[in-house]
Amino acid sequence: MSAEFDLECLNVSKNFGSVRAVQDVSFKIPKGSFFSILGPSGCGKTTLMRMIAGFENPSSGDIHIKGNSVLNTAPNKRNVKMVFQHLALFPMMNVFENIAYGLRCRGEAASEINRKVHDVLERIALPDVGKREIHQLSGGQKQRIAIARCMVLDPDVLLLDEPLGALDLKLREAMKIELKLLQHQFDTTFIYITHDQSEALVMSDNVAIMNDGQFEQVGTPQELYHDPQTAFVAGFVGDNNHWTGKVRDVSGERINLVTQTGLSMAGHLRGESQAAKGSGLTLYVRPEFITTRKIQDGTTHDTSDGENNLTGKIDSLLFNGASSRILVRGPGQELIEADVVLTGGTDDLKPGDAVHLTWPAEQTMCFAA
Amino acid sequence: MQKDITRLSFILLFAPFALWIVLLIILPHIGMVVISLREKVAPRVYEFSFAQYIDFMQEPIYWNTLLRTGSMSLLVTVLALIIGFPIAYYIAKIAGKRSKGALFLLCLIPLWVSDLIRAFGWILLLRETGVISTALQKSGIVGQPVEFLYNDATVIMGLVYTVILFMIVPLVSTLDGMDDAMVEAGYNLGGNGQTVLRRIIIPYAMPGIVSGCIVVFMLTAGSYLTPILLGGKNSSWFTEQIYEQFISRYNWESGAAFGFLLLFFTSLVVWLGLKLSGQTLSSTVAKS
Repeated sequence: MSAEFDLECLNVSKNFGSVRAVQDVSFKIPKGSFFSILGPSGCGKTTLMRMIAGFENPSSGDIHIKGNSVLNTAPNKRNVKMVFQHLALFPMMNVFENIAYGLRCRGEAASEINRKVHDVLERIALPDVGKREIHQLSGGQKQRIAIARCMVLDPDVLLLDEPLGALDLKLREAMKIELKLLQHQFDTTFIYITHDQSEALVMSDNVAIMNDGQFEQVGTPQELYHDPQTAFVAGFVGDNNHWTGKVRDVSGERINLVTQTGLSMAGHLRGESQAAKGSGLTLYVRPEFITTRKIQDGTTHDTSDGENNLTGKIDSLLFNGASSRILVRGPGQELIEADVVLTGGTDDLKPGDAVHLTWPAEQTMCFAA
Repeated sequence: MQKDITRLSFILLFAPFALWIVLLIILPHIGMVVISLREKVAPRVYEFSFAQYIDFMQEPIYWNTLLRTGSMSLLVTVLALIIGFPIAYYIAKIAGKRSKGALFLLCLIPLWVSDLIRAFGWILLLRETGVISTALQKSGIVGQPVEFLYNDATVIMGLVYTVILFMIVPLVSTLDGMDDAMVEAGYNLGGNGQTVLRRIIIPYAMPGIVSGCIVVFMLTAGSYLTPILLGGKNSSWFTEQIYEQFISRYNWESGAAFGFLLLFFTSLVVWLGLKLSGQTLSSTVAKS
């Protein structure tokens, strides 16, 4: 076993009675990277994390930390530390004692403990809170103390179980950046579990998309977003217009299809899926790849080859600054989302305007249904 | 108008409590203090004096009994804590949601039966001709009847049995509030079972431990039935002395003084216990 991977999971499965919470999951996490496991609630991600921490034993498979199997290592002997969902700071100890707890368990000398605790408080930019009680801290400070409490032990891997869930939106945004910076600073492997895709995409070097106990795809945030391998990944990561349809004809990668609502489209097959004439498809189009043009009176829409063309009427306008969006009532009566730039000028799009939507064929991501 | 209604409802709600405190607690105790501070100098003639308290000091049997009652009550409290804690932990943390309620109910069932009947239950088991003695004889382990009653161990066992519930209930409610992640975090950060118990579970349960101990200690020191029935004449429980002064000797002055001394002594022990364990009422009992 090579030690360049901090954590390796080999065919890990976990059954609770007849429920298969985790099925045959394998992955490797390189040293010092930020790895996220992203999935809807109940997909088994917490079970997976609890197995890595040692609170559950896998039904089958093996877990290696720094190249050594930890299956027979008790949770308190594993050099894997965990930041809990509700942090689980000890309310009966002050900040200093919370951080010193792990060092005391190791039996380190008092002077050493003192130095290390002050050092880690320095690094999380809270040098003077040692004497404070836990209930005197703000949400963001608690978060940082929970991380410091783990990092002071110099773990091989730090597990974070949706630690931002309890924070309000503004703080959550700030903590995302802060977590990423802390990970750089400590240069430790972080494994971050979340159901919030923006947390996973913003912070991670690599993300695993988990669904129904299995990994759907592992890759960089960009790969997952632009090159999803399964319909679930395409639908789960990012915003989408979603149709189901049937293949009309196939030429290489490119297929012509018709949706259930009767729209003709051109698309590209993604992932490993195969398609034959007449077979069912699931397709996704991201709103930012749709170009919107207002139809002036009298102009006919040009139909350039390789592109998808639709006309419709703006149903409503969702203004959100730079990421504003329109909902267009298409020919099949479905609502199509498209990103637009609104400058605040007089020729901005308004509800009721007739518009012409185009997007390239490769942006219609098709998966065999 | 609205203000008057608020006020009226406050008075109505507060009145029973105030009546209870004043009529049943403050007034009787003032009466007791007054009685305890007088001395009979001639028939129907009383004088203010500290004679009852001086008597207590000068008669070793009295304060020995008080000290014995205090120390045995402490022992009962410690035993109830040691036995009750794992039970409470099991009910609050390990048992499933469904069995939790059932177990809690099981703990409450003995309360359905009166103290007196429960004590006679023990007597039935432990007396010379009782169930245990007979069983031991039948199985040939002992040759003659054994008397298990009327010794200190039996009294302590009986008292622990009577009061343990009052230890378990507050412990369950504090432990119930503890997030399981707290214990897991304790292990995750490198603690072994002993460290987690000593540094996380016990400090967390401290409010429950303190209130349970205070209740159990007070109940035990003030109990009368169990020590008398299970310990017989040898039990030398202080409440027995008080009973004797009031009822047998008809010496209300001395009985009142003893009653006060018991209250003072147990309060002192609780205060010392809090001081020695570094706890305060406001950080433990008031918090839970």
